[in-house]
Amino acid sequence: MADLSIEFAGIKAPNPFWLASAPPTDKAYNVVRAYQAGWGGVVWKTLGEDPAAVNVSSRYSAHYGVNREVMGINNIELITDRSLEINLREITQVKKDWPDRALIVSLMVPCVEESWKAILPLVEATGADGIELNFGCPHGMPERGMGAAVGQVPEYVEQVTRWCKTYCSLPVIVKLTPNITDIRQSARAAHRGGADAVSLINTINSITSVDLERMVANPIVGDMSTHGGYCGSAVKPIALNMVAEIARDPATHGLPICGIGGIGSWRDAAEFVALGCGAVQVCTAAMLHGFRIVDEMKDGLSRWMDSQGYRSLQEFQGRAVGHTTDWKYLDINYQVVAKIDQAACISCGRCHIACEDTSHQAIANLKQADGSHRYEVIDAECVGCNLCQITCPVQDCIEMVPQDTGKPFLDWLHDPRNPYREAS
Amino acid sequence: MEGKAFPKKIKKEEPTVIDSLNHLPRPNQNHASLAEHFSDLAPPLTDRQAVLEASRCLYCYDAPCVNACPSEIDIPSFIRNIHQENVQGAAQKILSANILGGSCARVCPTEILCQQACVRNNHQECAPVLIGLLQRYAVDHAEFQQHPFQRAASTGKRIAVVGAGPAGLSCAHRLAWHGHDVVIFEAREKAGGLNEYGIAKYKLVDDFAQREVDFVLQIGGIEIRHGQVLGDNLSLAELQQQFDAVFLGLGLNTVRQLGLASEGAPGMLAATEYIRELRQADDLTTLPVADRCIVLGAGNTAIDMAVQMARLGARDVNLVYRRGVEDMGATEHEQHIAKENQVRLLTWAQPEEVLLDDQGRVCGMRFARTHMCDGRLQPTGETFELAADAIFKAIGQAFDDSALSDSSGQQLARDGERIRVDEQLRTSLPGVYAGGDCTQLGQDLTVQAVQHGKLAAEAMHAHLMLNVEAA
Ligand SMILES: Cc1cc2nc3c(=O)[nH]c(=O)nc-3n(C[C@H](O)[C@H](O)[C@H](O)COP(=O)(O)OP(=O)(O)OC[C@H]3O[C@@H](n4cnc5c(N)ncnc54)[C@H](O)[C@@H]3O)c2cc1C
Ligand SMILES: Cc1cc2nc3c(=O)[nH]c(=O)nc-3n(C[C@H](O)[C@H](O)[C@H](O)COP(=O)(O)O)c2cc1C
Ligand code: SF4
Ligand code: SF4
Ligand code: SF4
Repeated sequence: MADLSIEFAGIKAPNPFWLASAPPTDKAYNVVRAYQAGWGGVVWKTLGEDPAAVNVSSRYSAHYGVNREVMGINNIELITDRSLEINLREITQVKKDWPDRALIVSLMVPCVEESWKAILPLVEATGADGIELNFGCPHGMPERGMGAAVGQVPEYVEQVTRWCKTYCSLPVIVKLTPNITDIRQSARAAHRGGADAVSLINTINSITSVDLERMVANPIVGDMSTHGGYCGSAVKPIALNMVAEIARDPATHGLPICGIGGIGSWRDAAEFVALGCGAVQVCTAAMLHGFRIVDEMKDGLSRWMDSQGYRSLQEFQGRAVGHTTDWKYLDINYQVVAKIDQAACISCGRCHIACEDTSHQAIANLKQADGSHRYEVIDAECVGCNLCQITCPVQDCIEMVPQDTGKPFLDWLHDPRNPYREAS
Repeated sequence: MEGKAFPKKIKKEEPTVIDSLNHLPRPNQNHASLAEHFSDLAPPLTDRQAVLEASRCLYCYDAPCVNACPSEIDIPSFIRNIHQENVQGAAQKILSANILGGSCARVCPTEILCQQACVRNNHQECAPVLIGLLQRYAVDHAEFQQHPFQRAASTGKRIAVVGAGPAGLSCAHRLAWHGHDVVIFEAREKAGGLNEYGIAKYKLVDDFAQREVDFVLQIGGIEIRHGQVLGDNLSLAELQQQFDAVFLGLGLNTVRQLGLASEGAPGMLAATEYIRELRQADDLTTLPVADRCIVLGAGNTAIDMAVQMARLGARDVNLVYRRGVEDMGATEHEQHIAKENQVRLLTWAQPEEVLLDDQGRVCGMRFARTHMCDGRLQPTGETFELAADAIFKAIGQAFDDSALSDSSGQQLARDGERIRVDEQLRTSLPGVYAGGDCTQLGQDLTVQAVQHGKLAAEAMHAHLMLNVEAA
């Protein structure tokens, strides 16, 4: 079996599956259960200065798919609502009892040097393996000049990171907020400040739904609501892009990345690793199903690695980064055409109406003598957009087949149709 | 016509249940426990089941299920409405194509109609979307403040519809919708046709058929006159004179005969007669039960009869058919229901003689074994006897000629015994249309009758309004 153990920013763990700083890591009781279930590490629920934060009721709402499967969760919770002293005591004990698991402490204190200087030695004394700086919590905390507010200003990110590196010897992971325009600016700032790694993404500002009877958004507190932070499988595509942006940015080359956002299966995790991550964190999937999900994640990942001949995570880490580029470098002469496997086709007509109404009128609807329908791609009209393949309910029924155009590689920078092309 | 409000003679081609089976015992269970056996065969979907099932629909384009629905309901659209919690919208979509969508959802053999065509049958999946149950869910749960269809301005046209079965009701509703005034002439006490008098009790329970009739009539402009029997106190010629057009939805009102001696003996009667009594009985304990019985036939009526008798407590129910299982008219689903109810199926046996006891009542039947010989059904020469307290004939309904006995009626072209119509449901007489079981078109199904009524109404409307514009 493949070796799942990792060393991430100097922190060792038996596997790359960590629980993100959130309710699943709120206290010793949860964290011990998580370790018992087999999680490789946890990032303890964000600590702050006393007095502890106070939460409202209710707190969560969800965005559902057609079958009431949860696509994403939105929350309006704050950082820990327990005192610093209790948290530190529990962290010390848990680390002592579980020396082989990673235990990272998430922190959020006011953006002044004294505050950081005061809390860091207390955290280091617990024996924890590292700290994660929560600059990302998008609600509640920014109003107090913390969280996203810090994460949204690169200079602050750099400054706080530097204080942490100054007053603490533990590895420092900077958790990035996605509520910005260019994630690379935040990552570069963390890098300049001396961060040992970045983790991303934190939650995305969101309103999931509106109660149309009461005319108030969810979740409802009294008869009011507020925006919250979005997470869960729906945010995975956004997180993957942000990870890739950082991974291929020369300015942060080699900076370890911990992937977070919508991870619920071994495949999700493998994709984050392929785009450069050295470890991953999970929150929503555990909140929906409990800690046991790590079992299938570990088993699936190591079996897949075996099937690919990868003995360790490093062997495929970042392998997809080199294949991610800017649009302008893509081969404009590359061409694929949809091909329908008639034996698999169930004649639902979805590909036809999708292409007919909204794409390139490239799928013919041929009425047969017996009243049934046959759908055929008109090769000459197909632009290879993948829409039909996406809407087809039958897996592998539509294949996008690369065509031999006989044309050489040509990117937009050199395309004669580009009025701003570079002279070659 | 007004002078003939009552039929001149009470028709009585077959002995009634009471006459024929009076000597048999009554069920040995109380009404409540019997009634349980006649509750919904397929229980309705719960809210959650409906949403889950609706989400299985792929919202096909040019959907095969729609092509397979005789009444052309826009299935993907109504299912999508259910899924978007728009039950009223779903129901209206269904009812706009099929005003009896509620009963069709319960009685349609979906396994040979929409659900057979559903693309989700394909490949590994083998599980169609449960369209019938979803349709029922929508119609049952819709709450309309007022009738969902508003009548067009009055056209001043008056149309006669004969028969208040599915074909007649559907035709009348569509005509009223278009602004015509309709009078339905119905022989029986209640409207609904076989929905009221014929469908198996566990498919169409309680007073659903009457509630549906009430719903249809809500549109206004439809008057039903009961006790009006075409060919008796009513003639086609009269109707032609007094109305702008006539629709005949007469159904099939006689039962085929075996042609054996003693066919009218006590203990022998048509399955449809018994089912009618069963459906009308307020107290199921009053029904005679044939502990050992024989049902002749292999269609859905035969299965309905056998299963209902089994559910009344009969221990020995035999369905006897002269050909093999593969020739049976009943769908596989229906055959499955029969098996589940311990109905025994005997094939390749043809009635030869009704056996009577010393009091002249049925005590069994002798059958000739049959086989196929030179492509024809032939007796093998072997015979056997089956003891029975009653024999029910379910070998097919036939068109009752007496309805067309007047001069006009006799002129109607026929296809075999049934009324000949073209695809616009026009008979050979101008202004006279027909649909449903009494015509040769399509299958004898409720949904088919509804479609005929609807199409006939559209054709009548187009024709009548064409003349208006030309004038
Ligand atoms: C026992 C049985 C079970 C069935 N089960 C199913 C089933 O599960 N699913 C399904 O889809 N189909 C089923 N059918 C078939 C279905 O009931 C018919 O196809 C459908 O009712 C036909 O409708 P219709 O309007 O043409 O005729 P009918 O329903 O027969 O209605 C005809 C109406 O006309 C009236 N009438 C007849 N003659 C005259 C006259 N001379 N003057 C005035 N009024 C007259 C009758 O009283 C009746 O009200 C079943 C049929 C039978 C017999
Ligand atoms: C209820 C809830 C509370 C959270 N609290 C914190 C927190 O205190 N500190 C933090 O850094 N992130 C917090 N997060 C964000 C998660 O750590 C994580 O970054 C995010 O949920 C994305 O991962 P996921 O898609 O696997 O849930 C919280 C998330 C949820 C759902
Ligand atoms: S790939 Fe796009 S253009 Fe080609 S057939 Fe499919 S939908 Fe149409
Ligand atoms: S979407 Fe797929 S299954 Fe449906 S018609 Fe097109 S190819 Fe066939
Ligand atoms: S064929 Fe089946 S999946 Fe397609 S629209 Fe009809 S019910 Fe839905």
